Amino acid sequence: MSSVLYDTPGPRAKRRNVIFSVIFTVLLVLILWWVWRTLDDKGQLEWSLWEPFTEAQAWTTYLLPGLGDTLKASALAMVIALPLGALFGISRLSDHRWVRATASTVVEFFRAIPVLLLMLFANEFYVRYSDISSEQRPLYAVVTGLVLYNASVLAEIVRAGILSLPRGQSEAAMAVGLRKGQMMTNVLLPQAVTAMLPAIVSQLVVIVKDTALGGVMLGFTELLNSRGTLAANYANVIPSFIVVAFIYIVLNFILTTFASWLEARLRRSKKGTGAVLGGDDVDDINAGEVGGTATIGTGGKK
Amino acid sequence: MFDFLEGYNVLGAFWMTVKLTALSAVGSLVWGTLLAAMRVSPVPLMRGFGTAYVNIVRNIPLTVIIIFTSLGLADIFGMTMGAPDDFDVQGFRLAVLGLVAYTAAFVCEAIRSGINTVPLGQAEAARAIGLSFSQILRLVILPQAFRTVIGPLANVLIALTKNTTVAAAIGVAEAALLMKEMIENEAQTLAIGAVFALGFVVLTMPTGLFLGWLSKRLAVKR
Repeated sequence: MSSVLYDTPGPRAKRRNVIFSVIFTVLLVLILWWVWRTLDDKGQLEWSLWEPFTEAQAWTTYLLPGLGDTLKASALAMVIALPLGALFGISRLSDHRWVRATASTVVEFFRAIPVLLLMLFANEFYVRYSDISSEQRPLYAVVTGLVLYNASVLAEIVRAGILSLPRGQSEAAMAVGLRKGQMMTNVLLPQAVTAMLPAIVSQLVVIVKDTALGGVMLGFTELLNSRGTLAANYANVIPSFIVVAFIYIVLNFILTTFASWLEARLRRSKKGTGAVLGGDDVDDINAGEVGGTATIGTGGKK
Repeated sequence: MFDFLEGYNVLGAFWMTVKLTALSAVGSLVWGTLLAAMRVSPVPLMRGFGTAYVNIVRNIPLTVIIIFTSLGLADIFGMTMGAPDDFDVQGFRLAVLGLVAYTAAFVCEAIRSGINTVPLGQAEAARAIGLSFSQILRLVILPQAFRTVIGPLANVLIALTKNTTVAAAIGVAEAALLMKEMIENEAQTLAIGAVFALGFVVLTMPTGLFLGWLSKRLAVKR
C-alpha cells in the first residue's frame, strides 16, 4: 500500500533517494560512533564484561532462572486469567441487566487501573492478610496483579470474539431450539475460541512485558531482576542490558510471529466463519478501546 | 475517615503523573509521526530503520527501557538531561525520554494504519497532478489519516497514562510511588488502593470520552 504514495523512481528521484540515503547513513553512523566511543571510554566494551555470556555459569545462575520465573509468572497469569476472563466476557453478553452491569463495571474498573498499582496492592494485601512466605510473595503478588488486569482484558477479547461471529450462527442455534446455555457452549464459544486464539497469543506478549515491573518494584526474581544481580557481580551494565533486551525481543518476536501465523491461517481457512481477532484488536482493548466495540473484530478486514 | 491522606501530597503525585503524560504524549506524537513517515518513505534505508525501530522497541518491556535510561543513559553515557545535580528533575526528564521512545513505536503503528485507510484514489489523484512525496503526505494523506487515527491515538494516550506509573521504577515521585509508600506505612490498605485507583479512573475516563466523541465528530465520511 505504501508504494502508492510515490511513483516508481525515475532518474531524478533515484538520485534524490541516494542523497537522502547518504545523509541518513551519515547521521546513523555519527550516532553509532558516539555510542561506540562512549562505551569504549567507559570500558564497557572490554571482553571480560562480555565473556560471562559465553560461559555456562552466567546463564545457569542468573539468566535462565530469571527467564524461568518470567515464563512461570506469565503462564500462571494466563492460565488463571483465561477462565475468569471467559466468565466475565460471557456475563457482559447476558440477557439479565444486573449481570451485565456488574460484569461491565468490574471489567471497566480493572482495565482503567495501571497493572503496577494492582501488583503493589496485592503485595501489601498478602503481607497483611496472608501467611505466604516472603520468598513466595512477589510471585503471588505479580501473578495476582497480572490476573486482575488481564482477566478484564481477556473478558473484552472473549466478548469481541463472540460478537465477531456472524449473526446467523446464534439465529440458527435459536431456530433449532437450543437453550441459551447450549447455544453458548455448543455453537458460539467453540467458534469464538478459534477466532480469539491469535489475540490470546498477542496478549501473552503484554503479560511477559509486564512481569518486568514485578522484578523492579517487588523484587520478583524474573529476568530483569536477575540482570541486576548479574551486573552487580560482573560490573557489566551495558552488556547485561543488551543481552537481556535481546532475550525479551526474541521471546516476544516468537510469540508475535506465532500470533500472526495463526491469524493468517484462520483467515485463509475455508472452514468456519472467517471471524478473527488479531494483534491490532488486542492493542485497542489493552488501551481502553475508545473507538467503540463496533470496530473490534474487523481488524484485518478493512 | 480520610485521616490517612494527611501528610501525603496525593494531588502533587497525580500532577506529576499528568505532567509525565502530557510531555511524553507531545514528544511521542512528534517522534512517532516522523517514524511513520520514514516507514512509508521511498528511501529503503529509512523504511528499514523505521521497521527495525518499531519491532525492537515494541518487544522490549517499558520497564527495561526506563531502567536503562537511568543506569545506562545517565550513568554510562553521562546524559544528565541538563540537570546534573538535581536528581528529581533528571529522573523526570529521563522518564519522559524513555516513555517517548517506547510510546512513539505505538503512535507510529497507529498512524501507519491510518495512512492505510486513506483510499488509493486520494494518493493516485495527488500523484496525477504532480505532487511530490512530501507534498502528498503533508497536504493529502496525513490530514485525512490524522482524523481517522484519533480513536487509536486516544487508546495510545490512555495506555501512556497508565504506563507513566513505570517511572516509579527510577524514583520519579508520581502516583504509583506515593501509593507504594503510603500502603506500606498506613493501615488503611483498601482505602488507599481505592483512592489511587479512582485517581486513574478520573484521569483516563474523560480523555477516553472526549477523544471518542472527537473521533466520531471528525471521522471522514466515506
